[in-house]
Amino acid sequence: MRKLLKTPITYDQIKDLRTGDTVYLSGELVTCRDAGHRRVLREGVMPELVDLKDGAIFHAGPIVGKDEDGKEYIVSIGPTTSRRMELAEADFIEKTGIRLIIGKGGMEAKTAEACREHGAIHCAFPGGCAVIAAREVEEITGCEWRDLGMPEALWIMRVKGFGPMVVSIDTTGANLFEERKKLYRSALDAAEE
Amino acid sequence: MDQKKREQFVDTVSDFIRTVSIVLPADIYGKFMEIMRHEKIPSAAACYHNMHKNMYHARKLCRPVCQDTGVIEFFVGVGTKFPYMDEIKGVLHDAVIKATAEVPLRPNAVEPLSERNTGTNAGYGVPYIEYDLVPGSSDLDIQMYMSGGGSSLPSRSRVLMPLEGREGIKRYIKETVIEWGVNACPPLIIGVGLGTDASTSAALSKKALLRPLGTHSEIPEAKDLEIELRDELDEIGIAPLGFGGSCSVLGVNIECAAHHPATLGVGISTGCWATRRGHIVIHEDLSSKNLSHIVFPENSHEKTAENADNI
Repeated sequence: MRKLLKTPITYDQIKDLRTGDTVYLSGELVTCRDAGHRRVLREGVMPELVDLKDGAIFHAGPIVGKDEDGKEYIVSIGPTTSRRMELAEADFIEKTGIRLIIGKGGMEAKTAEACREHGAIHCAFPGGCAVIAAREVEEITGCEWRDLGMPEALWIMRVKGFGPMVVSIDTTGANLFEERKKLYRSALDAAEE
Repeated sequence: MDQKKREQFVDTVSDFIRTVSIVLPADIYGKFMEIMRHEKIPSAAACYHNMHKNMYHARKLCRPVCQDTGVIEFFVGVGTKFPYMDEIKGVLHDAVIKATAEVPLRPNAVEPLSERNTGTNAGYGVPYIEYDLVPGSSDLDIQMYMSGGGSSLPSRSRVLMPLEGREGIKRYIKETVIEWGVNACPPLIIGVGLGTDASTSAALSKKALLRPLGTHSEIPEAKDLEIELRDELDEIGIAPLGFGGSCSVLGVNIECAAHHPATLGVGISTGCWATRRGHIVIHEDLSSKNLSHIVFPENSHEKTAENADNI
């Protein structure tokens, strides 16, 4: 299945998607990685400029430049390793009501369970394709928590047809990368027998 | 060193950093093209096509090919007759700050424990610089590596029991690739270091990662292991990007040293498909030659070689 998601993302938009499906996103996308998760969960602070409920976050730290008029724009942006956020993501989903998490590679059992329980999905965006992704960002509409530094700040962006992304965890809790790893492992074991 | 010459020295290095951040070195680019052309699985081939398109746009728009421009590391061979030895550290430092502002690169240096981003990619202990002496030479030989987050995460080293032997080494590497390599943007470059303890094995694995693809260890047994590991990792087929395809690696390079009979140190350093590394030689008159690249960014004063693939 190929599907275009639009923010705010309702449960109905994502409930029939299954791992391996291809999705694109139009609307509002917010970067959030290690320090952003830490701030929301450990310090109990929520961003003020953006409502994450029914929203989409991107595990990513962009390069942000300024054009001749001094307006900030995305130079390069791509996914960072989602698995680093495994420690925090389940609680983050519960606390914020986020529906779409975009990142690189897969996440683990706790996140998959939270996706099933709260109706969210994780999608993998191809790593190292940062210039293509930057061209799908129409505008930076805001930035929160600049004190965290460029990679870790929450960059709020309007995107159009952002993708293609592959669903790696769906609302049933199925987990594409964990299934793949089982296959890779059995290939390894078979080779050694 | 007069101010004008120092500026020329800084500009040479910062131009080199710009090139490395935007286009891949010839060996990696060549191997990537070979893999892309041989991929038969449609979804994997589509993925490679996207990666290739990204390289094209990066070069045309002169933007870093990946947003994670890493923590910058230099491995320098200092000719004992190079006239500006006292300037090397300061020049590398200033070149990193200049390139970060101008390309721009992502500021990735956060200070230890306080986690405050310096904003310049320079800070306490970075850029990381390792020095070696080259007797009799009047050149400065610089290898640069942009150590990205995703591709640095799988790196590790461990001391195995000697009885675990060659099979133990292979198992350790393959398990690391399956468990962590899927998230590190494969096809990967696997640098393996074999030594006595964790730190020397890790250092050797970085040296292996810096060695051009297509070259082999001069030790016949290590060369055999490079080929065997490459073939067996490709058999697992984690690339591209962990989704699954016909290969896993761009190559496996091994560097080793004689080790203590009671220990078997193994280090692993991994590079992603877009491994950004480069090699430049700066002569005593400050003229320079890039040894790693044949393709240059559109705005570079250096010309892309005519025999380079048309990206």
